[in-house]
Amino acid sequence: MNTAATATSTGEAVQFWILGIVAVAGALATVLMKKSVHSALSLAGTMIVLAVFYLANGAYFLGIVQIVVYTGAIMMLFLFVVMLVGVTAADSLKETLKGQRWLAGLCALGFGILLIAGIGNASLKEFTGLGQANSGGNVEGLAALVFTKYVFAFEITGALLITAAVGAMVLTHRERTERAVTQRELAERRVRSGKQVPPLPAPGVYARHNAVDVPGLLPDGTPSELTVNPTLRARGQIRDVSGTALRELAALEQRAQEWREHGRSEDAKGAGK
Amino acid sequence: MNPVNYLYLAALLFTIGATGVLLRRNAIVVFMCVELMLNACNLAFVTFSRLHGNLDGQIIAFFTMVVAAAEVVIGLAIIVTIFRSRHSASVDDANLLKL
Repeated sequence: MNTAATATSTGEAVQFWILGIVAVAGALATVLMKKSVHSALSLAGTMIVLAVFYLANGAYFLGIVQIVVYTGAIMMLFLFVVMLVGVTAADSLKETLKGQRWLAGLCALGFGILLIAGIGNASLKEFTGLGQANSGGNVEGLAALVFTKYVFAFEITGALLITAAVGAMVLTHRERTERAVTQRELAERRVRSGKQVPPLPAPGVYARHNAVDVPGLLPDGTPSELTVNPTLRARGQIRDVSGTALRELAALEQRAQEWREHGRSEDAKGAGK
Repeated sequence: MNPVNYLYLAALLFTIGATGVLLRRNAIVVFMCVELMLNACNLAFVTFSRLHGNLDGQIIAFFTMVVAAAEVVIGLAIIVTIFRSRHSASVDDANLLKL
């Protein structure tokens, strides 16, 4: 029985070209985005596109697993760690090895050409298709293989998962080696060091802004960084409103000036009529 | 369209991921690029499965996913631990063993 085909349906071709562009764009954004949150979201988009490709290729079980495991669990774990770690972890753009960036780009280009030329040389003109293999159901077919031919690999995978779970707990667990500092001791330490004895000043400018990202103003009108939460300071998310009042006053004066000049000339025109 | 195009896409995604691993300094982004490379391999395996008409490629892709899940859990735990002790997630700062 010869079930070989030479081309997929037109619908699948259209889907491939549209979603393929999306996947490559997402991958490039993952590499090029400056903030790691944006990288993570781009990667999640690429993974969803790949799930659609799995479904198109007849891998129905893997398509669903891709969405559930990759975009659902792994990417959310990534986002969780980005929120935990990424606040002060700005990517330094300084090169530590001279010329490393150009060499890396060159290597990647050569590697890509090698891979793609290798696939191009394979000259696969026809393919079998999964119609026969999936005839008893995709999940049933996979299950039959997992529990017969690949049963040892499957068991070892289970051991690997348990080891990974235990390892993650061991790595992130922190034993407290000293007693927690009490509030009274903290207060005494503050007085002894004498750097900042009263509580820190509050953010916000009276009667104008009370948001936490607006620094309070010192008597001379300059913003005080001390009033803003250190996390916002590290992210650079401080909204400076110290110049707003002066700018508004300047705009008002300019409008008044314009009105005086134009108003007089228009009055003169009106009188001339 | 021939399904070989999926293989070309997989090669392209793998190359982009490898470039990211070489170029980026943030450990989390490097890790994401490794994930991208694993996903590209999975796409190639699933396409091979279709080309050959049997399900072995899909089984291998399934095992890759399991190993990737375990790898992510351990890798992120290591990144968090390094960040706790060194207050940095940059791969350049973890150089205590350097001469």
